[in-house]
Amino acid sequence: MTDAATPSPPRFAFGAALKSAALSAVVALGLFGLMVGIRTETGPTGSLIYWTRFGDVALLVAAVFLGRFLRVLAFGDGPIRLQRLVPARWQEASAGGERFARLMPGRNLGGIFSIALLGFALVAPILFFNNRYALDLGILVLTYVMLGWGLNIVVGLAGLLDLGYVAFYAVGAYSYALLAQNFDLSFWVCLPLAGILAAFWGLILGFPVLRLRGDYLAIVTLAFGEIIRIVLLNWQNVTGGPNGISSIPRPSFFGIPFNNDDDGFAAVFGLDYSATHRIVFLFYLILMLALLTNWVTLRLRRLPIGRAWEALREDEIACRSLGINTTNTKLTAFAIGAMFGGFAGAFFATRQGFISPESFSFVESALILAIVVLGGMGSQLGVAIAAIVTIGGFELFREFAAYRMLVFGGAMVLIMVWRPRGLIGTRTPSVFLKQRKAIAGALVGEGRG
Amino acid sequence: MTALLEIRKLEAAYGRVVALKGIDLDVKAGEIVTLIGANGAGKSTLMMTIFGYPRARAGTIRFDGRDITAMPAHEIAKLHIAQSPEGRRIFSRMTVFENLQMGASISDPQHFDDNIARIFALFPRLKERINQRGGTLSGGEQQMLAIGRALMSRPRLLLLDEPSLGLAPLLAKQIFKAIRTLNEQDGLAVFLVEQNAFHALKLAHRGYVMVNGAITLSGSGEDLLKRPEVRAAYLEGGH
Repeated sequence: MTDAATPSPPRFAFGAALKSAALSAVVALGLFGLMVGIRTETGPTGSLIYWTRFGDVALLVAAVFLGRFLRVLAFGDGPIRLQRLVPARWQEASAGGERFARLMPGRNLGGIFSIALLGFALVAPILFFNNRYALDLGILVLTYVMLGWGLNIVVGLAGLLDLGYVAFYAVGAYSYALLAQNFDLSFWVCLPLAGILAAFWGLILGFPVLRLRGDYLAIVTLAFGEIIRIVLLNWQNVTGGPNGISSIPRPSFFGIPFNNDDDGFAAVFGLDYSATHRIVFLFYLILMLALLTNWVTLRLRRLPIGRAWEALREDEIACRSLGINTTNTKLTAFAIGAMFGGFAGAFFATRQGFISPESFSFVESALILAIVVLGGMGSQLGVAIAAIVTIGGFELFREFAAYRMLVFGGAMVLIMVWRPRGLIGTRTPSVFLKQRKAIAGALVGEGRG
Repeated sequence: MTALLEIRKLEAAYGRVVALKGIDLDVKAGEIVTLIGANGAGKSTLMMTIFGYPRARAGTIRFDGRDITAMPAHEIAKLHIAQSPEGRRIFSRMTVFENLQMGASISDPQHFDDNIARIFALFPRLKERINQRGGTLSGGEQQMLAIGRALMSRPRLLLLDEPSLGLAPLLAKQIFKAIRTLNEQDGLAVFLVEQNAFHALKLAHRGYVMVNGAITLSGSGEDLLKRPEVRAAYLEGGH
């Protein structure tokens, strides 16, 4: 019995470990020999020059050999169980948290954590007023939180895999830039217009893909994202092509510009002029936009349309036979998701002051999708945490330069191994009935009838 | 009296493979009608074609005198035909209550409490599991949920595709009992597709036998149970 409860790791013999490590080293040599061993570059005359780096290869192969040797010695050849890696104390602690959450379905850990996070976001500009870098990072993170929440409607709720979400971000950004420059419209007029235009493009994407699901849908949306980017790149006389659009008007505080003039923000409110005022304003602006996205999503989840999205994610045939119009359901998901992408795009344009197609490459779509998947599809809090971790992590590992992507990929693999359904993988029901009250009432109704 | 569901010369195909070859079938109001047949005979296709997916290639489907052959599925559901499709297809990440809510998509919200109370009276197990996720229910409970979800729309006709599939005999019996209760108490018309021929025919007022996309036999349930060709092919042959 005790053996079954705590399986002791199969101890591999020294020889077996050595053999396995040697085998891995050979594979590593084959892989790294060419990839790392020979470095090629275009020389000054345009000819190809190369040099060898066999020292690095030797180091890598040695590292693989040693790592494999130790791994087989310690854990055996099979998969490593989580139980053996995470100390028992930690496991108990996390189980305790879940138990706590079960006891208090209304105000669970997630709820408390969300409020704390929101509180921190609200006071962050005051805390970091003199730290321009932190504020800029905060704005960046919040932009991705908003994009994540927007994509979450399409991918997390409606279950439609969209690899071209950045297209709507681009539509929003260019809508704002072009409307503001050519027609001299203010940010607050352009913002809803950018959202509407993006939603319109969401519908345009939605119609041809109505019958597609899964992989096929993903490919078409991927292509759509690229089409938008390439059109922006080549439509020189409207979008400026690769040069992009510069000197996009900065947002004003309801008509009051953030400058050092007599009618500027600082003068009107009797403050000393500081360039940070505008940054703080942008911070609160994106925070409000993100919260709007969140609020709308949470409301919609409780309405028939939101329930239909989730049902569609679960089973399309069942939806159809229950009288749900799957066409409308899909199109609204695309359109509303795209609309929030458009809002975020308009914000991006006004913050940067300069946009070009380079900002809207596929990598952005992939990053936003990664945030949604890592967060746990459909979970609002999970997406927010994933955005903070991903974007924050990116900044944190900036000094690793080229290895940043490696660290990022490794972290993603680890999260998917430990939490295959994302950081917050459990879906919160849109209604939670207190058994006694709600159902007893329903049964009394039956008694009457 | 004209039938509630009237199918005439119905043909359907998947690409070039013809699945239904001219089906004639009636379900009258207040009747339980069973369709039996072997795997791949086209039973489920008929069920799906009634709901417009795949579309009928020829022939007509009428419900209550109205031609529904070319209607989109969600419009058909609004006429109060409910379907519990093959393989149950419950929404597994949603709770029992949310599943039932989805079933009520087309019905008047005023009747919601009434309807749910009726379903809980029929399947008390669902009431116990109200906040549980659909995917964590047992097979029998999932089937109860699939039927309950279909009933939430207050249907006039209930289409059931293999409700006993993969259930223990005792549970299958419970499901069949519930179908009979629905029929006797509320006069609900039921069109049942089954492989479990014995129980299904015993339950049914009338039955049809389908072979290779065509109806080969029809008659009262008892009648069909006695027919030697039915006994040989569907009752004694298999198990």
